[in-house]
Amino acid sequence: MDLANLLIQLLNSVQYGLLLFMLAAGLTLIFGIMGVVNLAHGSFYMLGAYLAWWLSAQVGSLPLAIVLGALLSVALGLALEWLLFRHFYQRDHLDQVLLTFGLIYVFEELRSLLWGDDVHGVDIPKGLDWSLPLTDTLSYPAYRLFMSGLCLLLALGLYLLISRTRLGMKIRAGAFNRDMAESLGINIRLIHAIVFALGVGLAAVAGMIAAPIASVYPNMGSQVLIMCFVVVVIGGIGSVRGALIAALLVGLVDTFGKVLLPQVSGMLVYMLMAAVLLWKPEGLFKQ
Amino acid sequence: MSAPRARLETLPRGLQAALALGLLALLSFPFVGSDFYVQMVARMMILAIFAMSLDLLQGVTGLVSLGHAAYFGLAGYALAFITPAAEPASLWWTLPVAVAASALAALVIGFFVVRTHGIYFIMVTMAFAQMVFYLFFDNKMLGGSDGLYINFKPDAAIAGWLPFDLENKLSFYYFTLFFLVAVYAFLRRLLWSPFGRALAGIRINEHRMRAMGFGTFGYKLAAFTLAGALAGLAGYLWGAQSGYVNPELMGFHMSAHAIMMVILGGMGNFAGAIVGAFTFELLLDLFKDLPAIGSFDTGKHWQLWMGLFIVALIVFAPRGLLGLTQRTGKGASGEQP
Repeated sequence: MDLANLLIQLLNSVQYGLLLFMLAAGLTLIFGIMGVVNLAHGSFYMLGAYLAWWLSAQVGSLPLAIVLGALLSVALGLALEWLLFRHFYQRDHLDQVLLTFGLIYVFEELRSLLWGDDVHGVDIPKGLDWSLPLTDTLSYPAYRLFMSGLCLLLALGLYLLISRTRLGMKIRAGAFNRDMAESLGINIRLIHAIVFALGVGLAAVAGMIAAPIASVYPNMGSQVLIMCFVVVVIGGIGSVRGALIAALLVGLVDTFGKVLLPQVSGMLVYMLMAAVLLWKPEGLFKQ
Repeated sequence: MSAPRARLETLPRGLQAALALGLLALLSFPFVGSDFYVQMVARMMILAIFAMSLDLLQGVTGLVSLGHAAYFGLAGYALAFITPAAEPASLWWTLPVAVAASALAALVIGFFVVRTHGIYFIMVTMAFAQMVFYLFFDNKMLGGSDGLYINFKPDAAIAGWLPFDLENKLSFYYFTLFFLVAVYAFLRRLLWSPFGRALAGIRINEHRMRAMGFGTFGYKLAAFTLAGALAGLAGYLWGAQSGYVNPELMGFHMSAHAIMMVILGGMGNFAGAIVGAFTFELLLDLFKDLPAIGSFDTGKHWQLWMGLFIVALIVFAPRGLLGLTQRTGKGASGEQP
């Protein structure tokens, strides 16, 4: 593997890792703060991708579609939290698993009813449909660089939100001790609703920005959900920093596995998870 | 933490009578049902064995595995690999080998997963099952996404003498029923054995069990392996009956359906798992056969009805069907955390 190739694979693994982080961050926050395991998280990714495809056809621009889609998915998150999830924070994990598994079916069928079962492509927005030449024959698509940049920005924003703002302080207080935070006058129900909607929004945005390179297809949520589980398990549940490092690690192992060891590439990530479990059963950065 | 679940470890008289009636019904069903329905009921019995194997983990030990289908599918694949293309393989060695393959996989994966607790256990069992799924899905040598055919049912001949012929649908039905009853009887015995009591103790309070000197890691690993082996038995029967295995058998949906069956009937007593498996499959068939309303094909969208049903069940009746037989308000079913 020469230098240009290595660079391309590195960029690819970082881009994949950052995309996984967007999903895993929501999953790990929702678990860490509300104690809910959410199997339907992958469905939000799928809904995001379909929204990007449908809205960009309606309004004629992907960036505008992403903004609209993000607002819609946050609204969906708030509605779901209020209707269903709020009542499951104190229930058994088993009940949460079943509830969210049922929701996967519901979302898949709603998607099928609304938009059909076809595979769709989404065009890369104008201005980003060029490639960065690396050598005479190799180049790197600008859109992927843009994706990585956007994910990094969002990750930074998330970090600042949680560690530097008053809202973030309340979120951390709620995660640390719910009753104590509540008795100090923090509206914990509102905090929960915000965190849930934030997680849904992040997952949907991940689906929307991935749509031009991944295409849009039924059941696209389930594979990514399982990868997110692996990321959350490796990083440690509840830890956003752990999710970031684990996501980058998973991105590296998966991308380079496909290049160097294509026969076993599908299993490498799970072996990584098994190794981490042997070493630290509660993940690298257990809170 | 959550509403106490009815466990019904000791089954009330009425329920025992109902189970005996159910057994009679299963015994006599082939005399009234057509071939199609006999096969359908045999399939439900296979899934009931699968559900009971999961109940050992989920209901008795308190370990929610979201990857139990891996062990179900593996034994089916084992049968597919050892059955030659042009002749049947002997039942008497393929069955133990297939079950042992599942048990071995459960032992190896269990070694990693039973170290984890609660939510981690759910995620990690799911991730490992997915690893097995992709191993078979991605490898053309292992059948790939298309799966493998099993051209012949296992051959029951012992040195030229044929006690029963599994190619015969009736024989296969009773063969499956035999295992359904045997696994149920075995697990009920197990539930009240010292081993079963230790597993129930782990569910209720693992720390206390450890403080009392139980090596809970070994108990949980043994339960995980045994559950894997029994799931393998079901998977072997499934492969033999359908003559076809594909990666979907090990998939996430299969695992979730098994959890659903156990919940639906009521967990921790194995009878609920059987009731749940039959009910779930009947519902699935019902939803898939819904008539079209105008141009809207309601049966095609069975996942919507199933999804809504699951959500409604978990919101309104989290204790399962057998839980409904117990009057609410009786404190007997509650357990101390």
